[in-house]
Amino acid sequence: MSRPNIQLGREGGLKHFLTIDGFSRSLLTDILDTAESFTGVSERTVKKVPLLRGKVICNLFFENSTRTRTTFEVAAKRLSADVLNLNISTSATAKGESLLDTLRNLEAMHVDMFVVRHTDSGAAHFIAQHADPHVSVINAGDGRHAHPTQAMLDMFTIRRHKGEFTGLRVAIVGDVLHSRVARSQILALNTLGTSEVRVIAPRTLLPAEVRTLGVHAFHDLEQGIRDVDVIIMLRLQKERMRGALLPSEHEYFQLYGLTEERLGGAKADAIVMHPGPINRGVEIDSQVADGPRSVILQQVSFGIAVRMAVMSMALGNQAQGAVR
Amino acid sequence: MSQPQNILIRNGRLIDPASHIDETVDLQIAAGKISGLGRMPAGFRPDLTIDADGQVVCPGLVDLSARLREPGQEHKATLESETGAAASSGITTLCCPPDTNPVIDTPAMASLVRRRAQRIGYARVLPVGALTQELGGEQLSEMAALLKAGCVAFSNVERPLGNTLIERRALEYATTFDATVILRPEDRHLADKGCAHEGPVASRLGLPGIPAAAETVAVARDLALAQQTGGRIHFHGLSTGAAVAMLAQAQGERLPVTADVAAHQLHLTEMDIEGFDSNCHVHPPLRSLSDRERLREGVRGGVIGAICSDHQPHEADAKAAPFPSTAPGISALETLLPLTLKLVQEGVIDLPRAIALLTSGPAEMLQLPYGRLSVGSSADVCIFDPERPWELTPERMRSAGRNTPFLGWEFIGRVTCTLFEGRVVFEEEVLGTRY
Repeated sequence: MSRPNIQLGREGGLKHFLTIDGFSRSLLTDILDTAESFTGVSERTVKKVPLLRGKVICNLFFENSTRTRTTFEVAAKRLSADVLNLNISTSATAKGESLLDTLRNLEAMHVDMFVVRHTDSGAAHFIAQHADPHVSVINAGDGRHAHPTQAMLDMFTIRRHKGEFTGLRVAIVGDVLHSRVARSQILALNTLGTSEVRVIAPRTLLPAEVRTLGVHAFHDLEQGIRDVDVIIMLRLQKERMRGALLPSEHEYFQLYGLTEERLGGAKADAIVMHPGPINRGVEIDSQVADGPRSVILQQVSFGIAVRMAVMSMALGNQAQGAVR
Repeated sequence: MSQPQNILIRNGRLIDPASHIDETVDLQIAAGKISGLGRMPAGFRPDLTIDADGQVVCPGLVDLSARLREPGQEHKATLESETGAAASSGITTLCCPPDTNPVIDTPAMASLVRRRAQRIGYARVLPVGALTQELGGEQLSEMAALLKAGCVAFSNVERPLGNTLIERRALEYATTFDATVILRPEDRHLADKGCAHEGPVASRLGLPGIPAAAETVAVARDLALAQQTGGRIHFHGLSTGAAVAMLAQAQGERLPVTADVAAHQLHLTEMDIEGFDSNCHVHPPLRSLSDRERLREGVRGGVIGAICSDHQPHEADAKAAPFPSTAPGISALETLLPLTLKLVQEGVIDLPRAIALLTSGPAEMLQLPYGRLSVGSSADVCIFDPERPWELTPERMRSAGRNTPFLGWEFIGRVTCTLFEGRVVFEEEVLGTRY
């Protein structure tokens, strides 16, 4: 059943960035190449390019997040856009204003782009479907569904270290079930031609029929990371310990915590990634997190370049006027 | 509304599954009842003759589950709007679940719903009484009084019963009055906060899933209690193939258990929620293709004896939110017959079986004297043109709820005239000759 991809504009260019699903390898590569061209901007004395001068970008966050919101804000400002930050906790919407009302109100302020984070899967799609036709929507995380800019910055990091995706073995370790980051990473890795994507977790933290996502599932960490080039650790939220998903942090770390010793099973030049914030001693040992294989801090700085790329591409046609 | 009069319906293909009739035969109506089939008796003077040449004449449809939203949720729909939509769709009997506001757990509420529908006069509304007081799942409702006030069965709808002992007692108490208990089988712990079938699509879209076991665990428990108590259970809205198999086995063992399925479950699957289409947010969720095939097998083989609309009209706002936050349900009265006819067109069932699933099937499950065209029964008649193509559009809908994933679908077969208690309650403008 094919539906038109609402993420693409009339000329087939990027309009919204809601999910990796449905994007071609060449479009993802374009994003990575564009991000590459922006990495220099942060090192200049004047850390700004005038690409989005006069554009209004609104960070619409229905779920708390300082880190992600800040990187989007920095990215927008480096592109010379004006930024509105709105943190709308769910309790505020519970007061009666519907998501649609909020959207209409903000549109009246002539916003050109919404960067949206919401607890519901599909929220970014919903906003893209209901927003004014000239408005672009970037998904900054919706429920368990997608977090495509995070996935792209991870791809950027991998490409920086490994060059090509073909021939790579990548393992994603941890709470895949609740992770929008993992879903987007799996799609991006497969679209970019990665040889093998593995997920490693106890059965309670893997989605139903996980193989249909295009991965090989492992329950044993040592087996799963054998000969891999990239290890992506996922954050394990503390509240997962309270249900019947896991017995304890202790047992989880015993089985799935990444230690120096276990890392020995991966390829000698394997890199370790984590979307942050990390739980030291729960999913990853400090020695590994701060060790030579860890590229965790690079991920953060690449995040700005990748978000600049996505924002400038989505507002592309309008932005060309600003360059001239 | 016109007064009951003598009506002759002629030249139609009359299909009455209850009496195994499928032939071109005339039908006479007098004083609101079917007065004769075949040759017109001497002395019968029709005030109205309906020429049903090329059309199918069948009993008015019986829908086992339709939320009419009144009282309590008139911003969604009213008895007037929904019974009007029913009439235009050939439906003349609607069973109304008790989760109105207030709940139908008193004789006064049961009578109120029934009488108000009676005054409007488009269709018969039969209240289903609450199985427990305020649907709270703890204290049994006054079943004897509710039956006397016109309730046709008891149900706790989607609300859970406190525990299995309460379910056992409720079934036992209902058997005292030979009443049917309607259960929507779902283990609420397994269903958790899910909003989509736990399977590949929900995994990819990151939607919290409802596993098939949420239904089968409940069916297994309910069947064990049916065995224990001898209570008559009607399962409403099956969604899984495994539940159909369990039911087939129970029926083989002569347990008094029946089931219906919502028409949309026989056509849509988990694939349809792709793109987060909130009109496909239903409860139980749209399941896998193999579940759909086994449900179809169930209606063909007779394990499932009725197709219902599971009509749930909503105001536009209820569906205008991200998928998990939208209200589940489809405004479905107007697609009940079309979707069932589609099964005929797709070769799943034949036309008489399709009509049985919408008339005698549901009526027999609740021991209702409707859904048949025998002499002396209420003159509830649905006449439809089985060849007419049409498209479902929002403008065409009479229900106050336009929440349906079937907008833009092309259907073949359209209701041209509906009679309820011997009165024409719906008639398409282009209906054949009248004299």
